Amino acid sequence: MIYQGKQKIWADYQKEIPNDHWFYVRSCIRQNFFPASERYFLTICRDMLGRDIFETEHHTTCGGIAYHCDTIPQETAMTIVARQFALMTEAGYDNLVTSCITSFGNYTEILETWREFPELEEKIRESLWKACRREFKKPRYVAHASDLMYKLRGEIAERAKFLLVSRATGEPLRIVEHIGCHYAKMFPHKGVGGAEYPCVLSGMVESWGGQVIDYPERRHCCGYGFRQYHVKANRGYSLSNTHKKFESMEPFHPDMIITNCPGCPYFLDRWQYVIAEMNGKTYGQNGYGIPALTYEELAGLVLGVDPWDLGLQVHQVAVEPLLDKIGIPYNPARKYLGMDEKKIMTPGLPTVLKCC
Amino acid sequence: MVNRQPVIAIIGAGIAGLEAARQLVALGYKPVLVEKAPAVGGHVAEWNRLFPDMSPAADLLDPLVAQTSGIKTLLNTEISSINRLKDEYNLVLSDGSSLLCQAVLFSTGFHLFDASKKEEYGYGIYDRVITNRDLEQWFNTRHDDRIGHPKAVGFVHCVGSRDVKAGNTQCSKVCCITAIKQAIELTEEFPDAEVYCFYMDLRLFGKKYEDYYIRAQRDYGIHFIRGRVSEVGEAIDGRVVVKAEDTLSGKPVKVTLDLLVLMAGIVCNPDAQYYAREIGVSVDDDGFLKSRDNLGAITESSRPGVFFAGACTGAKTIPETLAEARSAALAIHRYFSNPR
Repeated sequence: MIYQGKQKIWADYQKEIPNDHWFYVRSCIRQNFFPASERYFLTICRDMLGRDIFETEHHTTCGGIAYHCDTIPQETAMTIVARQFALMTEAGYDNLVTSCITSFGNYTEILETWREFPELEEKIRESLWKACRREFKKPRYVAHASDLMYKLRGEIAERAKFLLVSRATGEPLRIVEHIGCHYAKMFPHKGVGGAEYPCVLSGMVESWGGQVIDYPERRHCCGYGFRQYHVKANRGYSLSNTHKKFESMEPFHPDMIITNCPGCPYFLDRWQYVIAEMNGKTYGQNGYGIPALTYEELAGLVLGVDPWDLGLQVHQVAVEPLLDKIGIPYNPARKYLGMDEKKIMTPGLPTVLKCC
Repeated sequence: MVNRQPVIAIIGAGIAGLEAARQLVALGYKPVLVEKAPAVGGHVAEWNRLFPDMSPAADLLDPLVAQTSGIKTLLNTEISSINRLKDEYNLVLSDGSSLLCQAVLFSTGFHLFDASKKEEYGYGIYDRVITNRDLEQWFNTRHDDRIGHPKAVGFVHCVGSRDVKAGNTQCSKVCCITAIKQAIELTEEFPDAEVYCFYMDLRLFGKKYEDYYIRAQRDYGIHFIRGRVSEVGEAIDGRVVVKAEDTLSGKPVKVTLDLLVLMAGIVCNPDAQYYAREIGVSVDDDGFLKSRDNLGAITESSRPGVFFAGACTGAKTIPETLAEARSAALAIHRYFSNPR
């Protein structure tokens, strides 16, 4: 591996990310999958780092998931997106930051399509006006929330309570980074570091003391792939994709996985349970799995947020071995306490995958 | 009456420039070769053996260099600018001097496509990914730590050629046969190695090329897989994992290799494009210099006194390059022989 070669490519794929004043749009599914991630994005950016991030309860899905499932035409997705832009315009913002990778890809694709076909933009403006009497300005900058976290990685490092380092050995943790397919594979110049060797997550990992693992199936889909998972008959294909990735990363003995897509951490997390049940195989140490975290969760850990406040108890793969390795304190008794500090249900334990 | 005194500047002293210079001397002219490198010979000087007869490159180049040794040759000399005057051209050279000439011959050759631009193949990222040029240098020097004793080797054809995304839609013409030549040479060197060629389609148009391809399969057991490589990764032991599609069997292919050779395509020398624009010579859509006529006047530009030879107008084989150089010399001779 020639690290300087990657640095050269990274230098070619830098994007301008404004430092402040963002209009934030959430994901359709992330609050169900990893419920504290979006909240802690706002907490970190607003409360800890003093940035202005605005969100409105009036925004909706971007239509991306339906568009990629072929259940709505692109013009419909465009009109939905035009309404989001109208909300942003009405709120007085012109920088749009998305929580979801598919949304980021959807917004980017639509803006590029309008750039190529201005008549289509006019048609959508007309449709939006007819539908809800709204008008909009296009955003000056569109970023994914991981872009913004990448931009702020140095400030997070300055405030770090914990680094991604083994407490026992002092060695950097070995971390797999997994980028959502819709981040840069469609438009490499819209992603930090491009499509082949993105550095949006690896930049965070390195800034916070970890070491990124480059393994052969690094670019491969996590297995979600809308038409793989959402079509029930194709779910075996979804699982086989994830299995392929774990088989490929296994020899590198990663300590954890960091992701920036709604679906990726979910499938890389949950399918480990399914693979263990089907094949009797686990990929972490001592029968555990490899924790797959969102970048907000990882940033929260680095900043000293309590793991259970970050929602790490909803991961299928136990995070305790990772917390122990870094030396992050946690109270096992609080793991399944709700917001009101009352006990919520404790999940049953898998038969093969070791959990705490 | 023939003007035997004009100054003819030949830009580039590769085989096209040397052959044209040799022919011009034979016709009674005194050309001046301008070469930015410290030695003449161009790309061929870096090559070890040549297809299709595996003849040493030196066998071709050494006599040509010897026969042109008396010609005025400015080595280590770049051209800072070219100005077009009424019937002449003024070359401002990197040493500050000027060369006033009545004709200019572009024999500027080609550049190899920068294989690192095809990021998915990992050149410059993964240690065991090399280019056709790197391998040829290894044949010359036997010094390259990346090569070692490979047991499995892959060749990727059309790297940066016939590729819209790479900005080069043209066929580089010589890569197919070069890949076969190098695959055979590697197999001779490492008989226990499995060698794979990943190709879009094979363009074996030249004399003996098809025979060579058949021999590669029949006598050397080289595997030809029709399909493009999608991505390259690095295994934990440093070997490269190559994913491709076998379009004949309709299946994805994944192989782990000790060495991957990228057949970098041919693009126009950017210096030639710059010089051409300075004097109003057209550059074609493919990035190469534009001939006055692609059928009948390939060696002539649309500007009086400006001529072309070799790969400045497109990818060429060595015989084509030499033939064009001779043709260009005759075109220059006609130019000075006919009253204007």
